[in-house]
Amino acid sequence: MISNHLPVLQVVLPLLAAPLCVLLKRSSLLWAFTLLVSILSAVIAWSLLQQTDAGIISYAIGGWAAPWGIEYRVDKLNAYVLLIVTGIGSLVMLGGRKSIEQEIDSKNLSLFYTAYLLCFAGLLGITITGDAFNVFVFLEISSLSSYALISLGRDRRALTAAYQYLVMGTIGATFILIGIGMMYMITGTLNMHDLAQRLPEAGSSRTMLTAFAFMFVGVSLKLALFPLHLWLPNAYAYAPSIVSAFLAGTATKVAVYVLLRFIFTIFGIEYAFTELPLSAILMLLAIAAILLATMSAIYESNMKRLFAYSSVAQLGYMVLGISFLSVTGLTSSLLHLFNHALMKAALFMALACVMYQQGGVMMDNLKGLGRRMPWTFAAIVIGGLSLVGVPLTVGFISKWYLLLAAIEAGQFVLVAVVLAGSLLALIYVWKLVEQGYFHSGNESITRQEAPLSMLIPTWLLVLANIYFGIDTSLTISVAQTTAEQLLGVTQ
Amino acid sequence: MSAVDLMLLSIAIPFVGAVLILSFGSVRIAGGHVREWLSVITSIALLLTVLPLLEKFMQGASIDYRMVEPIPGIWLHLSIEPLGMMFACIASLLWVVNTIYSIGYMRSNNEKNQTRFYVCFAIAIGSTLGLAFSANLLTLFIFYELLSISTYPLVAHKGNELAKKGARTYLAILMGSSIGFLLLAIIWTWSLAGTLDFRAGGILSEHIGEPVIGILLFLFIYGIGKAALMPLHKWLPAAMVAPTPVSALLHAVAVVKAGVFTVLKVIIYIFGPATLADSLAADWIMYLAGFSIVLASTIALFQDNLKRRLAYSTISQLSYVTIAAILVAPFSIMAAALHIAVHAFGKITLFFAAGSIYTATHKTEISQLKGIGRQMPWTMGAFAIGALSMIGIPPAAGFLSKWYLLMGTFQTQEWFVFGVIIISTLLNAAYFLPILYTAFIEKADDPIAQGTMQEAPLPIVIALTITAGLTLLLFFLPDIPLQLINGLPGVKS
Repeated sequence: MISNHLPVLQVVLPLLAAPLCVLLKRSSLLWAFTLLVSILSAVIAWSLLQQTDAGIISYAIGGWAAPWGIEYRVDKLNAYVLLIVTGIGSLVMLGGRKSIEQEIDSKNLSLFYTAYLLCFAGLLGITITGDAFNVFVFLEISSLSSYALISLGRDRRALTAAYQYLVMGTIGATFILIGIGMMYMITGTLNMHDLAQRLPEAGSSRTMLTAFAFMFVGVSLKLALFPLHLWLPNAYAYAPSIVSAFLAGTATKVAVYVLLRFIFTIFGIEYAFTELPLSAILMLLAIAAILLATMSAIYESNMKRLFAYSSVAQLGYMVLGISFLSVTGLTSSLLHLFNHALMKAALFMALACVMYQQGGVMMDNLKGLGRRMPWTFAAIVIGGLSLVGVPLTVGFISKWYLLLAAIEAGQFVLVAVVLAGSLLALIYVWKLVEQGYFHSGNESITRQEAPLSMLIPTWLLVLANIYFGIDTSLTISVAQTTAEQLLGVTQ
Repeated sequence: MSAVDLMLLSIAIPFVGAVLILSFGSVRIAGGHVREWLSVITSIALLLTVLPLLEKFMQGASIDYRMVEPIPGIWLHLSIEPLGMMFACIASLLWVVNTIYSIGYMRSNNEKNQTRFYVCFAIAIGSTLGLAFSANLLTLFIFYELLSISTYPLVAHKGNELAKKGARTYLAILMGSSIGFLLLAIIWTWSLAGTLDFRAGGILSEHIGEPVIGILLFLFIYGIGKAALMPLHKWLPAAMVAPTPVSALLHAVAVVKAGVFTVLKVIIYIFGPATLADSLAADWIMYLAGFSIVLASTIALFQDNLKRRLAYSTISQLSYVTIAAILVAPFSIMAAALHIAVHAFGKITLFFAAGSIYTATHKTEISQLKGIGRQMPWTMGAFAIGALSMIGIPPAAGFLSKWYLLMGTFQTQEWFVFGVIIISTLLNAAYFLPILYTAFIEKADDPIAQGTMQEAPLPIVIALTITAGLTLLLFFLPDIPLQLINGLPGVKS
């Protein structure tokens, strides 16, 4: 009975839970409640992924059949993204309590949790829905709540960062809305499944091109695709630590999902890659993202900004994988979607630990950290090695597939770019290692490790980085079947 | 215990040892720290595992184990072949000796962060064992990278600017080449051949022709930065900032031998001798290696710092292995494999001696060594044996590999290589014999020091005596390595 309604529960549960937070006053209750909702969502996502083995799940909201009502449509791709979002959300929340109590004013606590759950619900809604307009609605829910979350940061610059993000995010959302409106103009439907059938029938027109352009730019803004990434470093840097960890692991991943959905399902490969030079566009932007963002990261002394720039570069890898338009390439992007979520969630959680104990995440705060906070710092090192793509970490698996895709495509320039990106990443990771372990300071070093409640979730994420770098049966099989589905390759 | 269990145990022991040292290492007990005892116990346990494994292997046991499949089609796969068995024996045998040496050295020089030192050392040895037993390129690559990362803290050990700078060069070259070239070569091989297994006769032969052979060969040879083929050699002199036990076991044996070992494996089992025999690219690698041998020896001539001179000597000696491997004649492959063993024993002795001199007198430059042969007869006696082995004079083991290498050049009629070896032997003599002259014949500047015994602490003297003895022993009893080497594909024919 319930299992039939899982698709809608996935969104409704956090959405209804969010306002309830206002009623709860005690910090521990708020946290426990939010954690419970996150974990339940993760359970739902997991069982949805299991259900998709039997085929695509279609759920009509309120019993109103599509195209009149809104349809939730779950296939392997979005079930996979749902699992990433809820899984990361649960682990981040599990370790978040102390950090949130320290960084958020106690009078704002219930609002914080409300906004957090709204953002969570929004991201899940974007992912699960089969209705193009519904995507916009949930996008706004998640964006507005994330502006609020970022502005709650202790640093006063959080306000400007949130404002910057608000301006950019609103432009992006508006563009998406314009794009959706034009698609509606051409086809008279908002249901993605119908759009996918009718758009190709309508043939290419100037309206369609405009719709595509608006959609693409709008989604790229949310995805922080170079050069539309400028909002991201500040937003991640000045947001409360837990928010950074949550957004870094989820928000941009969902944006990548939306990009995939619009390009592959709605507009279709034929239109996007044959009639438009999308492959070349994605490739160029990805190269720029990988090289330039990684170089910015090298010169960054605020660790959160450093990893934020690295996120921009890592998104470049995902986009690069898409641009190959091959099963291997797309597999690498989907793998990296999952893997990068693990890396960045682990790293930002570790930074939350650093913030909690040291009160800052500048390079100077790292001096001798290998002694003061050995477990936290080891987590940063392993997360960093995973970013570089050292074997036995998830980063290696992503990189392997991406390089394989580039070699199969005969694109040796891109091979060089990916390798150069890895080596540049090694530079910024090693800057941290030197600071943490080989800083020759004389001050007496006392141990001040983060509380276990934060360390354990951080290390769960770190171990996941290693585990999924060795046992890849889940990730690779899902990524590969999804890639085949998207490309329409029959197995 | 089955042979497979022994193999897994031999890789596990150093890692378990590392965890134990990390957990309890700083505890003091009578006569030192727990970490020293744990290191000794771990290294002996490893040797006692590898020796029965060797016995089982010689009896013809087939030892093969698949762990997991991280990438569909490619397993983390371990299996033992002769070359890996030999390498594992060398590393585990010398680790015991080196641990004894380390205790003497680290205590006498009051080094800091000793727990980290012993932990990283154990991890490095574990990685070396894993690398030796890898059955495919992916598994090998994993341990290769682990070896680079685990030795970085050992190079940066002192933590001052000089050490950090050296360590940066070390890591940049080793990981830069391995990620930039080796990984690419491995993935390319996978996409061409559909397998990464080490197989007799190679896996690439039916899939590629020129010029891809040449490009891949260059990517492999220069991707394996640990083989220190010029111009990717700078990391080795840079690594000399490390404490001497590190230079001795890791940068004369484990790390650099992992490099040439990988080169040899790639040539024998990935390309296959037949593929390379008439490849133009192989000729190019031969010339580059020959150039590297002569140039590195020439640079060594002008180094006054003892450890740096030894480092350049290592660079030159490593290219012996590369050049012998690339000739792909039966005798030259034998020479390449044997040289891995021979050079290991000789060079570790030389480094032990250098560290012994530093510990006893704090001298690091060759010009300061006047008369030191009388003050430190054991140390300099061992040094002399090591030097003879490097030059290739009997009864030191260095003669053996040089002999087979020369035989190999006759087999292939490669007179270029013949010439290189002759010139290099002269250069070896030119940079080692003056050290012996300074040490034994010249009189010390300081008349008080003249004639008084001033040996290094006992553990150090014991260690270097053992390795010097092994260098001589190997000349008289080369049966075990030769028996193993005769099992290599490409040698029997």
